[in-house]
Order: sequence, then structure tokens, then C-alpha cells
Amino acid sequence: MPSSATTVTGYSAPAGFPVLKPWTVLVLFLVMIFAVPLITVISSVFVPNAEIWRHLRETVLADYITNSLLLMFGVGVITLLIGVITAWLVTMFRFPGSRQFEWALLLPMSIPAYIIAYTYTGVLDVGGPLQIWIREYFGIGYGDYWFPEIRSLGGAVCMLSLVLYPYVYLLTRAAFVEQSVCVLEVSRTLGCGPLRSFYRIGIALARPAIIVGLSLVLMETLADYGTVQYFGVATFTTGIFRTWFGLGDSVAAAQLSALMMFFVIILLYLEYHSRHRSRFHHTSTRYRNIRKLPLTGSSAWLATFVCALPVLLGFIVPLFFLMQWARQTWGIVISEDFFQLIYNSMVLASITAVVAMILSMVMAYGKRQSGSRTIRLGTRFVGMGYAIPGTVIAVGVLLPFAWVDRHIDVFFSTRFGINTGLLLSGTLVALVFAYLVRFMAVSLNTVDAALMKVKPSMDEAARSMGMKDLAILKRIHIPMIRGSLLTATLLVFVDVLKELPATLILRPFNYNTLAIRTYELANEERLAEAACPALAIVLVSIIPVVLLSRSISRSRPGSHALG
Amino acid sequence: MHSVKVEKVSIGFDGVPVVRDLSIAIDPGEIACLLGPSGTGKTTLLRLIAGFEKPDTGEIWINGVKCSDPAGMLPVEERGIGMVFQDFALFPHLSVEDNILFGLRNKPAAKQRGRLTQLCDLLRIRELLDKFPHQLSGGQQQRVAVARALAPGPRVMLLDEPFSNIDVELREELAEEVRATLKEEGVTAIIVSHNQLESFAVADRIGVIYNGRLLQWDSAFNLYHRPLDRYVADFVGQGVFMPARVVSATSVETELGIISGSGPHNFAEGEAVEVLIRPDDIIHDDDSDMTAVVEHKIFRGAQFLYTLVLKSGQRVLSLVPSHHNHPVNQPIGIRMEIDHLVVFPTGAGRGV
Amino acid sequence: MRLYFLFFIALFISTAVSAEVNIYSARKEALIKPLLQRFTEASGTRVNLVTGDADALIKRLEIEGKNSPADVLLTVDAARLYRAKTRGLFQKIPSEMVSARVPARYRDEDGYWTGLSLRARVIAYATDRVNPNQLTTYEDLADPKWRGRICVRSSSNIYNQSLVAGLVAHLGIEKTGTWANGLVENFARAPRGGDRDQIKAVAAGQCDLALVNTYYIGGMLTSSIEAERNAARHIGVFWPNQQGRGAHINISGIGITAASKNTEQAKRLIEFLLSDEAQHWYAETNFEYPVVDGIRPSETLQQWGDFKADELPMNRLGEFNSEALRIMDRAGWK
Repeated sequence: MPSSATTVTGYSAPAGFPVLKPWTVLVLFLVMIFAVPLITVISSVFVPNAEIWRHLRETVLADYITNSLLLMFGVGVITLLIGVITAWLVTMFRFPGSRQFEWALLLPMSIPAYIIAYTYTGVLDVGGPLQIWIREYFGIGYGDYWFPEIRSLGGAVCMLSLVLYPYVYLLTRAAFVEQSVCVLEVSRTLGCGPLRSFYRIGIALARPAIIVGLSLVLMETLADYGTVQYFGVATFTTGIFRTWFGLGDSVAAAQLSALMMFFVIILLYLEYHSRHRSRFHHTSTRYRNIRKLPLTGSSAWLATFVCALPVLLGFIVPLFFLMQWARQTWGIVISEDFFQLIYNSMVLASITAVVAMILSMVMAYGKRQSGSRTIRLGTRFVGMGYAIPGTVIAVGVLLPFAWVDRHIDVFFSTRFGINTGLLLSGTLVALVFAYLVRFMAVSLNTVDAALMKVKPSMDEAARSMGMKDLAILKRIHIPMIRGSLLTATLLVFVDVLKELPATLILRPFNYNTLAIRTYELANEERLAEAACPALAIVLVSIIPVVLLSRSISRSRPGSHALG
Repeated sequence: MHSVKVEKVSIGFDGVPVVRDLSIAIDPGEIACLLGPSGTGKTTLLRLIAGFEKPDTGEIWINGVKCSDPAGMLPVEERGIGMVFQDFALFPHLSVEDNILFGLRNKPAAKQRGRLTQLCDLLRIRELLDKFPHQLSGGQQQRVAVARALAPGPRVMLLDEPFSNIDVELREELAEEVRATLKEEGVTAIIVSHNQLESFAVADRIGVIYNGRLLQWDSAFNLYHRPLDRYVADFVGQGVFMPARVVSATSVETELGIISGSGPHNFAEGEAVEVLIRPDDIIHDDDSDMTAVVEHKIFRGAQFLYTLVLKSGQRVLSLVPSHHNHPVNQPIGIRMEIDHLVVFPTGAGRGV
Repeated sequence: MRLYFLFFIALFISTAVSAEVNIYSARKEALIKPLLQRFTEASGTRVNLVTGDADALIKRLEIEGKNSPADVLLTVDAARLYRAKTRGLFQKIPSEMVSARVPARYRDEDGYWTGLSLRARVIAYATDRVNPNQLTTYEDLADPKWRGRICVRSSSNIYNQSLVAGLVAHLGIEKTGTWANGLVENFARAPRGGDRDQIKAVAAGQCDLALVNTYYIGGMLTSSIEAERNAARHIGVFWPNQQGRGAHINISGIGITAASKNTEQAKRLIEFLLSDEAQHWYAETNFEYPVVDGIRPSETLQQWGDFKADELPMNRLGEFNSEALRIMDRAGWK
């Protein structure tokens, strides 16, 4: 029948003609917007700048590369050790304090790296209380005794590790908690002791999560400026600033950043590769509750000690000294506008965190819906912002925003004779956008990983019941990954609260945050006065950090955790 | 010496007893099955034997070595057992080959290859070696899981509901295959199952477990025809309990006539009892003058399973070749043909 | 519809119309805010402030171009003023008061910026281990007798860059290079921390000499922290090159942006910052030396006595900044 041709047109477009689904278009659009600042940075590579590069190569470039690599290596190894071992201990065993450590191990996350660096320097440096006490007590002078130099590459590795290991811990623990105990038991029946089983199976299965955590840590390490600058360690970031500020060459600085992005691309590739090779989601559908093995005697106390050490060094000790200093100075630091700072910080962090969560959801879902390679690569690219120092991102944001502003201005002044000036740059919009470019990776990774765990059959089941994309997202996916959405939001919240360099450059007039106040005082070497705003950052971060911990302990299928 | 000996073992979780004072002994090379509905403690018993749980009382011996008692445990990995889990629990990050070789890592490479080849031939999984677990069907996963557990040459294999994740059509075939493999390897095996047909197909001896207790430890034939316990009679196979009165030391009288057993049933003459009537005990016979009305029928291919109502209102089941197709509500002629007299004291009357 | 839109745009713009002045400041908020508040009280002009790193602020000015809302740029060193000037970000300051009150060497010869306060980079020495008679000049610090005895912060710091730029201006690239090599040889430790850290290191005995800005010593002497006061009491201040060209001086300074839309208010702000009141404030609160002649430094500063200041024009520090950094890179001054 000739009419049959018309009856089928309602089904689908002709085969072979690629249809751009609305999701695909939306995600591509978002990816492009987020890519603009990164591309702005990368495009600098094409500006010839041979003379400066020769100078850099002859003098300091080797230092930047070696130090950056050593720093990443050191921080990588230590965060892995602390993160994975503590995650394993609190998930598998019961020992004094094990329940408290589940959340306490996340606490160091609330302390910005530069603050812990300032604090430990204040305590451990030559002129700090500890060394003064040693000299006075033993009646000796400097040089008569050995004391580790805190402001060194090793010191920077320690400081960064202490505040960054929670990323590894957080993701690894979530992976352990989700593991089917069966596979660990199989391994036992095949002749592996509990330790070997943990190593060969537990860790192997948690590997994607561990690597995600590790890559976050390494990217943060690469982007860190405050700590390495204060410790006088010449890395890529300090190099970028020197080249820019000292040599007055922002192009070469951008080129250094582009070179640094190359590192990140390698990192991302490794992570992608490891995730791709084999699947890690469990073939098993049964979950037996992990029954924590009680430890007794010395092994119990050893476990307690191992878990207590990072919390003590990464949180309690710095907090103690910050409080000491804050006690001496709060009278002059805390005034009405101090509360304005807290308010500003929280508003910025909340807005960014929520927007990041929503956009990640859209991108991850779009990626799931389309499955196209372009989109997959695009969303990866968006994640790169995490490794770029905030200052570089700020410039990458300023340039396009100013360009848009200029064109709007030209348009209005020629058409209506009105000068619009700057509409976007110099507003909170620019600042929040820069935060998003920088921290999108954290949120996107979390949401994406969670969505991947929702089986495609769920979508199909819902579709078979007549639900559309949006309805499925709202009624199936969002409720299923609620925990991860919360995690994503909280992680970004804490990150924004601590963010400094981009805020410094992009914020509007008369707008300050806790991080800025801390930095300005600490930078003037007024550590004691910086303690109050620093303490406020820590205290404001603790709430989301504790919430985070609660959400992962509940995320386990079939667990009867509290609440 | 028994291959596995469980002596008076009890265990409870959070004060709820799960296994109660249970003893069982399995001979070397024997394939034993623990049968019972879910939640009766079979899997817990298996985990006790494996060493994942510590008994509250009692002892567990494997090959003459005491492995568990309330005071101490031999670690799982030192017991020389192999285990197949209900969901197979293949390591998702390892290829089939690496899964199988997992337990052989301390052996010389040549030994590993040899054992791998042997198992591949035995279980016909050679073409799967390079694949990853998520690429396998249920039946393939199961065979790989069995191969992996067998690889180190365990003296005792423990299989937890190994067929429950398999398509029904495949189950019987796989069950026979697993049995053949286990026999070929000469390994003692304990299989947990809630499916009687499956356990009939695979086991030498079956232990029926209910409520944490071992009710009967016997061959499939005896469980069906000589159940020692009313619950076993009910759980294994189909049938009804029919009221009867004892007329002699070896026989009872029922509505359908006198039934005689081969041995004494140990009830006093005149006592009111109940006898177990299996569907195969009631034969359809158009010539018989004894009739019953068809209440319900299920077509089973070669046979019909009729539910019949006797004059007294008592229901019995009857398996009838399927060319005898009788409509519902019509009376048909029947007669009894009972080889095994199974008598229980009168209890609450239980139907099918 | 279009009317609404125009109204909306107008609203945006109207916020920029009232009497106000917008500042990009490399000087930290705590060190400038009180003075700006005084200005608002005195003139009724609202002051809007963004603080940040000087180079980042210069970059922001550059990118924003003629749309930039900033009226003035405040920096804490001369090189950045020079940089902003050479990039065309400043306009001439339309005020006679500047040339009347500020000595020529502390302001731009073309009138694009002016200094507001002076900061001297001196040699701090351990009073118990160093006889000040041994000290002479910056050049002398490269002498092997100081091997392993000198502390100084990173070459990333602008004060060091300016110091070396000053030497380049006086001695030339080659001699400065040799000097930098010698100085690095004499380091007691790899450069780290800020100026206060160098002072603490001297007090603790890690080194005997340090190159620091005087106001840090002042800040420590009056600090609320006992340990800081103790450390500062252990060191002496030596003014280098007093027999020759004088001690190295840097300035904090200000210029009006080319994009400024409130030039009049900006001019008034500059005049206020050069007033006796503001100059006193610098001296008293932040231990800097006033740029205007005839204002007495604070008592803390007076205890270190008068000194002869280098008369090198400030723009030269900017000119040689990049050269200075290269010299330090080559010398391995981290």
C-alpha cells in the first residue's frame, strides 16, 4: 500500500541521518561555554615567545618540572597510603574510636592548604615556639641540634598530603562500603589471607575510585600556589606567577599553564584508561552486610593510632594553634564586617555548589543519554579546570567576559548612545563562573560515577511505562543518586569556601571573603590575626564535611545505618 | 574418617538461634546436599564449615582436623576448601583465565597451565578464557566459578545455591554436569539448595534442614518414600496426609482400604493416625469401583496431576498418564498402590 | 519592550553616577581602609575598593580596557607603577599639589603617578653576633666572609627584584650578576617565607644578616605576639651605602587610570593621601617613611636614626625589573 510510507514517519528520522537530540545540544553548549576559559589559556601557545623560553629553559624550567613532579609523587604516595589504609580500617574493623574516625578522618578537608602551612610554620620554624623551647630548655643555639626544615619540598609534601588525603579516603571508603563481601570471601577460600584478599581483591576493585580520588589530589597539588609559594618551592604554579609578575610576560605565563595542562591531560588519560580496560561494577547482586571484624589488644590500638595520626596532624594540632592565636587577637579582628565576610563566603559557596550540582547532573545525564564520543571527551575537558591555578582561570574568564562586555557596550553606544560599561566582568557572575570552571570536575566526577551505577535497564523499565527523559531523571535517577548529588554539592561548597586566587582577582568592589581576609593578614605575616578568619573557614566547612560523612555511611545498599 | 564432620554445632545472631545443635557427617567423595526453604540456616551451616562464622557450640572437623570450635578457628584460607557462591562472585576486574588461576598463584607456571587446560576441558570453557565476567552468560559464569573453586584442588567443595541464578531450562543439565565434574575430581561436596529436583539430580545424600535443625539425612529415594518427619514428608515431593486407624502392627485402614507396610510402624492398634499418600500412590483405573470427583487438574505434559475429592471430602492427588483427560467435576475410578507405608500421629491436618 | 530594556540598562549605569571613586589596590585592605574612611568622612565621596596582587590588578585593568570601572591603582612598589604607565593604563594626574609636595625622584617625571610613602630595604643583623662596623654596603654582602650567614626571601618578591634592579641601574648587568652569584653563595638557607621570617631566623640564630624592609621590624616590635616582639628586639638595623649613593628605597604609590570616569574625585583622593594627616598615618600605623618632606617619622622609626636615601629615579626600578629577575634566575636565587 502506498500510504504505508506516511504512517511510519511518526516513528523516527531516516536511518543514517544523525539527529541531534536536545540533550546533546544542551550538553555541547555547556561544554563549549566551560571550555572558553581553558581554550583562552591554551591558545596562548601559538604566540611565539622564543626568547623568554630560552631563558626559562636555561635557568628555572628544569626546577619547575622536577619540583612539580616530586611534589605530585610525594603527595600521591602519602595520600594513597593514608587514604586507603584508613578507609580499609574503618570499613572492615571495629576498634576503639572506629565509628568516630569514619567522619573525623574527613575533617582535615576543611583546612585550606595554605592555612595549615602557615600554622605549622608558625609552630615548627626556627623562630617558632617549639624550637625556641628546645633552645632555651637545653641551653643550645641554632645549629647545635637537628630539626626538620618545615619550609621545604618535603614540608610542602606533608602539608598538602595532610589536607588532601581525605579525597582518597572519601572515595575509597565509598567504594569499599559498596563492595560485595562475597568476592572477598571467595578470595579467602582460594587461599588468600585477609590482608592478601584486601590487597588483591578489595583494592583492585576499588581501584577506579582510588584513582579518581588520587587524580583529584594530584590536580589540587598541581594547582596549589599558597603552600609552595610560602615554602619557597619553585613549581609550575610559582613559575607562572614569577614569569607573569616578575618578567611581566603574561603570554609566557599562560604558556607555562598550557604546558601544565599537558600534565593534566596525561593524568586524565591514565585515569580514563584504567577505568576503561575492564568493568568494575559487580556481577554480584547480593550484598551481605559487612560485619566489622573486632580487633583486640595491640592490633586494635595500632589501628586507632593509624587513624588518629592524620586527624591529629591534619586537624586537631593546627586547630589548636589557630585557636591559641585567635584567642590573642579576636578582639581586634572580629567586628561587624567579619560577619559580613562569613555571609559572603557562605553565599558564594552555596550558589556555586548548587549551580555546579545542577549543571553536572545535566551534563552527566546528557552524556548518558547520547553516549557520543564528542560529548564524553567534552565533559572530560571541562574537568581539566581543576588542575589550573585559580589565577590563570581568572584571566581565562576575564578575557572572554570583557570581550562580551565590550561588544555590548559598542552595540548600545552606537544604537542608543548609552555606555553600558562592564555588565559581566567585575560582578559575582564572573566570579561564580570562574569557580565553576575550576571546580566542575569535582561535582561532575561524583555525579557521573553515581549515574553510571544506575543500570540502563532502569531507564528502559521507566520508558516502557511511558516516562519521558525528564520524568525519568526526576523520578528515577535523582532519587537513586541523591546521596551522590549531596556529596557533589558539599565538596564544591568546601572547595569554594577555601578558594583564594580567582576570588582575589575577580571579585567586585567592596566584596571580601574569609579566604581573602585570611590571605591578606597571613601575607602580611600577621599569622595571629589571620587565625580568626582561618578558624571561621574551618568551622563553616565542618558542617558540610560531617554531612558528607553521614551520607556515605548511608549509601550502602541494604545497610541499616542510622537515620 | 569422615571428610566433613559437624558435631552438635549451634550458632545464633543477635540472640536469634539460626543453627541448633546440628550434627552431620559426610564421607570422602560424597556429594551431599543441604535442602530446605530459605532462611532455615543452610547457608549459615555452609559458612560455618567454610570458616566464615564461628560456632557458639560444637565442633567442625574437615579431613580429620578440627577446624572450628567456640575457642578457635582455622582460617578459611587454610582449610583446603573451595566455594561457589550463589551469585558466583567472579572477580569483575580479572579475566576468566585470571579468575581461575587466582588460587594457583603459588604454583609453578607449568602446573598452572596444566591445571587450567584440565579444567577447561572438564568444563568446556576454553573459548571463554580471555573474556571478562560481565561478558558471560549465567551458565558460563557458573562454570567459571566452579572451575575457579576446583583449581587449587580442594578436598571439600562448598556450593551455595549454585543453580538459583541459572535459567530453569539449563538447571538440570548444569546440575548433572556439575555432578559429573565433582565426581571426576573425586572431591567431597556440600551443596545448599532449596530446590528438591535439583538436589535429587546432583546429590548422593540429602540433609533436610528446617529451623536450624537437621530433620533427616538420607538418600533422595528415602526422603521421598520413607520420610522420618512429617515436615520432611511435606517439604519433599507432593502428597496429602489421610486419616487412618491402625489395624495391625504393620497395617492401617483408610477410607480407600487397608494399607500394609513392609515393617512395623510402631503405633498401637486402634490408634488414630495419618498416612502419607503420594500422587503416585493413587492409580487411575476406569475399571475400579472406587471413585473420586476431579476437583482440579494440572497438565504436566506426559501426565495430569489431578486433585480428587473422596466421598468423605478428603482430597488426594493422583498422577495420571495424560491420555486420560477427564473434565473437572466428573468422577473417575481410582485404586491405591502403596509400596511404602508412612505413618504419622494425627496432627493438624495438612493438605498439599 | 525596548523602553523597559533601556530602563534596565539605565539602572545599571546609574549606580556609577553618584560621587564615588573606585580603587584597585595592591595594598591590603587593613592597611588602607582606615585612611579611605577618613577620606569619605572629609569629602563625602564614596570609596569602592578591590584589593589584590598588583600584577593581577594591572592585568584586569588591561583586559577591561576603557570600560574599566577603576579610577585609581594603588601599588606598594615602583616597578608596577612603571609597568602600568608603560602599558598606557594611567593618565596624567591633574594636580599641582603633587609636584609641590612630592620630591621629583618619588614621582613620575611625566606626571603619571606619584609615590605616597617610602620603604627602605636595610640589613638587619644579629646584635649578639655581628659587629655593625663590619657592615658597609649591599655590594659587600657578596663577600665570602658572610658565607652561610645571610637570610633573604625569595626572588619572586618584588622588594628583592627592585633592590636588584636598583643595583643593575647603578652597576650594570654584569657586575650585578657577579654580585648575585656571590650573595646566593652566602645564603644560610634556601629563600623562604616573608621578611618577618627572615628577622625571626636571625633572632633564632639560623643566620646573622637579613635583607628586610624596615616597617616589618616596626610591626614586629609593636606586635601583640610576645614571640615577635622578642625576635625583633634581637636585631639591629644597618643602613647600607651611607658613604655612597644611599640605602635602597622603594615607594608605595598611586596613579589615575586612563579609563577613569571620576577623575576629579580621584585627584582629590590623591591630594588627601598626600595631606599631612595621611602622611602621619602612614608613619604611625605602618612604620613607613612619609614621602612628603617635613613630616616626622614615627618614634619607632626615629630610633634607627636618619639615613641617606638612594636618589635613583623610581622608574628605573621598573625598567630593570625583568632584567633583575633574570639575573636572580641565573644566580639560582630561588
